[in-house]
Amino acid sequence: MTAQTDDELWSAIADPSRRRVLDLLVSNGEASASWLAGRVPFSRQAVAKHLAVLERAGLVRRRKQGREVLYHVQAGRLDQATRAMAELAAHWDRRLGAIKRLAEGAHAQARKNDGSDNPPADLTRRPDS
Amino acid sequence: MAGLVIEREILIEAPAEVVWRTITEPDQMSQWFADRVELVVEPGAHGYMQFGDQGGPVVVETVDPPARFSFRWNHPRGEEPVPGNSMLVEFTLTSEGDERTRLRVVESGHELRDWPDAEKQRYADEHRDGWVEYLERLAGVLAER
Repeated sequence: MTAQTDDELWSAIADPSRRRVLDLLVSNGEASASWLAGRVPFSRQAVAKHLAVLERAGLVRRRKQGREVLYHVQAGRLDQATRAMAELAAHWDRRLGAIKRLAEGAHAQARKNDGSDNPPADLTRRPDS
Repeated sequence: MAGLVIEREILIEAPAEVVWRTITEPDQMSQWFADRVELVVEPGAHGYMQFGDQGGPVVVETVDPPARFSFRWNHPRGEEPVPGNSMLVEFTLTSEGDERTRLRVVESGHELRDWPDAEKQRYADEHRDGWVEYLERLAGVLAER
């Protein structure tokens, strides 16, 4: 996926109203704009606008049946989005893991150096037990 | 908030100052982040990160040692990164005792600039179930069909 299509995808899913439309399409399989408009708290006009954005992002496709236009979710595109999200999260997990190793290594090293440069005054003292 | 939000965190057995240096010093950053990092960690500073044969500009936003560090990236070439055209990466460091730090990273984008407040609130409410979960749930429903 290019950065541009990613952008369209994320902003398409970002909108809660569009997520509701997407949810309805997923659970119903296929639906017209008027059917959707009857099940959401916003106008048919708004539904049409949201469908257009979802279509541009490749998340839904339309199909003509007689005089009706029916919309359905593009499962492949949704999978792609899920994978891209998981990949991004995995990237950060790897980076955080590397930060942890580096910081803990640096901290251990600093403590060791402190120990050799400035030996504790009382070396015979036993640790409290 | 944002269209795309990734939130991750990790517990590190080192003081916040040490973690801070690891995430902000360019020679350290090149060990966990990009292959090459050219960056002055000052608010508003422009830098560059190289990943393999690809690279891109970054702009530092917040520098509040040793607690908060953020930068923007992934903005269109030639444009200044602002909310809406870039991704924001925010690190938050929280001390948990003398030698332990919780490091949290949030990467977000597509701030909802033009949204009415009611929508923003609804988004914030709905957002609690996280992005990955949302998408996985949808994909799961689809797979069952």
